[in-house]
Amino acid sequence: MSATLFQNARILDPSRGLDEAGSVLVVGGKIAASGASAHNQGAPEGAKIVDCRGAAILPGLVDARVFIGEPGAEHRETIASASRAAAAGGVTSIIMMPDTQPVIDDVALVEFVLRTARETASINVFPAAAITKELAGRELSEFGLLRDAGAVALTDGRHTIASALTMRRALTYARDMGLVVCHSTQDPDLASSGVMNEGLLASWLGLPGIPREAEAMPLARDLMLAALTGGHYHAAEVSTAMSAAAIGRAKQEGHSVTAGVSINHLSLNENDVGEYRTFFRLSPPLRAEEDRLAMVEALRDGTLDMIVSSHDPQDVDTKRLPFAEAAAGAIGLETLLSAALRLHHSGDVPLLRLVEALSTAPAKRFGLPGGTLTPGVSADLILVDLDVPWLVREADIRSLSKNTCFEGARMQGQVLKTLVAGRTVFAI
Amino acid sequence: MTDTPPFPVYPHRHLLGIKGLSPLDIEMLLDRADDAVAISRQPEKKSTRLRARTQINLFYEASTRTQSSFELAGKRMGADVMNMSVASSSTKKGETLLDTAVTLNAMRPDILIIRHAAAGAAALLAQKVGCSVVNAGDGAHEHPTQALLDALTIRRARGRIDRLTVTICGDVLHSRVARSNIVLLNAMGARVRVAAPSTLLPAGIERMGVEVFTRMEDALKGADVVMMLRLQRERMAGSFVPSVREYFRYFGLDAQKLKLAKEDALVMHPGPMNRGVEIASEVADGPQSVIQEQVEMGVAVRMAVMDALLDPRRNGSQAPA
Repeated sequence: MSATLFQNARILDPSRGLDEAGSVLVVGGKIAASGASAHNQGAPEGAKIVDCRGAAILPGLVDARVFIGEPGAEHRETIASASRAAAAGGVTSIIMMPDTQPVIDDVALVEFVLRTARETASINVFPAAAITKELAGRELSEFGLLRDAGAVALTDGRHTIASALTMRRALTYARDMGLVVCHSTQDPDLASSGVMNEGLLASWLGLPGIPREAEAMPLARDLMLAALTGGHYHAAEVSTAMSAAAIGRAKQEGHSVTAGVSINHLSLNENDVGEYRTFFRLSPPLRAEEDRLAMVEALRDGTLDMIVSSHDPQDVDTKRLPFAEAAAGAIGLETLLSAALRLHHSGDVPLLRLVEALSTAPAKRFGLPGGTLTPGVSADLILVDLDVPWLVREADIRSLSKNTCFEGARMQGQVLKTLVAGRTVFAI
Repeated sequence: MTDTPPFPVYPHRHLLGIKGLSPLDIEMLLDRADDAVAISRQPEKKSTRLRARTQINLFYEASTRTQSSFELAGKRMGADVMNMSVASSSTKKGETLLDTAVTLNAMRPDILIIRHAAAGAAALLAQKVGCSVVNAGDGAHEHPTQALLDALTIRRARGRIDRLTVTICGDVLHSRVARSNIVLLNAMGARVRVAAPSTLLPAGIERMGVEVFTRMEDALKGADVVMMLRLQRERMAGSFVPSVREYFRYFGLDAQKLKLAKEDALVMHPGPMNRGVEIASEVADGPQSVIQEQVEMGVAVRMAVMDALLDPRRNGSQAPA
């Protein structure tokens, strides 16, 4: 069995609260030892030795919200291209959203994704299945069969289920199957034709606004239903202070509730829309600076469990349009870690908490392998220079679509090497 | 107009909105428009200043008056004017705004006039073409020539704009006319009031440099100018306001309400009017109404704007994108 010893590293493993100088020993694709103790053990005979020169080793990132164009819109992103982008960004596992054409609401589609991933992807791709057939918000899909085929979670992706009854039944039935229901909430009536955060900025631009309540109201409903049913609920991507407060209350009451926030909503605000920059049209919309600060604080204190990229490839045909006609969404796999590290460098969120939110927490919530450097697990890990400065340039982006919110942004901290099951899938 | 105009060079390549114009820019455009009024009042209504220049009107929203006003303005300045009926042709075949823009750009126009239902459409177009672009209305964003013609009408009637109290009444939420006017009137030192039911006011209106009233009578007291906005039919039947008659009762301008304004207050409307909805005929056709003057000033302002943008002293009009 091949063995590699990564030594002289800073080992960050939130699953064990570890932040110490040490080594990681990988044998046969699994982690054999990690931390200061691994350092003391030394290298087994014949092991390849990698001097990390003080760089950090983290469990590979687990991104719970990734949109891919395959099947149906392969010109925007394929599973293979998303995998390359993820590997370069230090993401070793993704949960793929079911918003494809056809929709992943059927066993055959789950199998298609897993087969395509096996054949073309270098990272772990876990499909999420649709809660409702065709994402139409009415009939439940076959939760049990989908789970057995390999779906790791249920979600209607970009869509919000309007019917409280459908949501109640989904939560109830999914509980029996041990599946988490992930939901992104935006009341379609209240949001109406809105395209950005409601407020002065939208008013001057003449763009219809989306009030914060459009997110918080269906979320409040869902949290009550989670309490009623005892189901496992995950708020996929929240953006407002009032959403975070509601989630905090539900957690206090002891319900099985978790929440994610996108890196965009931790990094940007509505002012970034500027003069109709469609790359900053997102769903939920970028909010005010107060909301961004509230998201950062809720992430720090654990009210929000995980950070997602909400990677959503859109191309010229859907973005080079007047703002209100353009599609929402931004890519984010390649910049997820570096953008998150800004919160470490600014002192807003402790490093170990950030890594937990990027890796350990999503792996745990969705029962995925990874998120830890504990001996015995598959060696999904990344080597990161936490401090090296770099510039995001469109020409370097590996995603097929280039709709990044971070074009030209200065970053600090970059992935040097990505390992999936001990195999190097990316190296600078 | 004389061959070498005494006006300063207009410092922008496009006219996309009033935002971004300085008070000096606005004054200069109004001065030029004053000259243009003279041309339109001659028996021979023709200048050669834009001779051999090509103007394309690209109207994605049907608008008989604004389109004719731009067409006439171009013709009176001597330009070759082409109307693209995009509402009925290529867009139906799925061509995007930018594809159309690139196609038109290849025909080497000197100036493009665009009206579009989406806010920001004019700015988007301007990024992709090598000629000057005039925004003739983009969604609920801006309609700069309307604000300029309103300002010209006021200035000619009152001799100034600063320190006048201007009350804008009606559907501010959906109105590009209101936004452009709020910016322009503030820049020129007027006191701006808005009056509307709160369902027709945008979020943050109180921070847009206006005094907000939800009782029209209060907003009219002592006003020098009353500017009415059009309320679209589909917004009257229960969605934003309960009914036409209720709207007219509280926010329609009739002779009785008008008495609250200054005795010689000007009554304005960007047209087309809904008589009996936002304005009573007795007022629209009354002695204080300057609605017909607004139409005349519209042609003059558009002549002036195009003349300023295509000023040969500016290299910008020929510059590539």
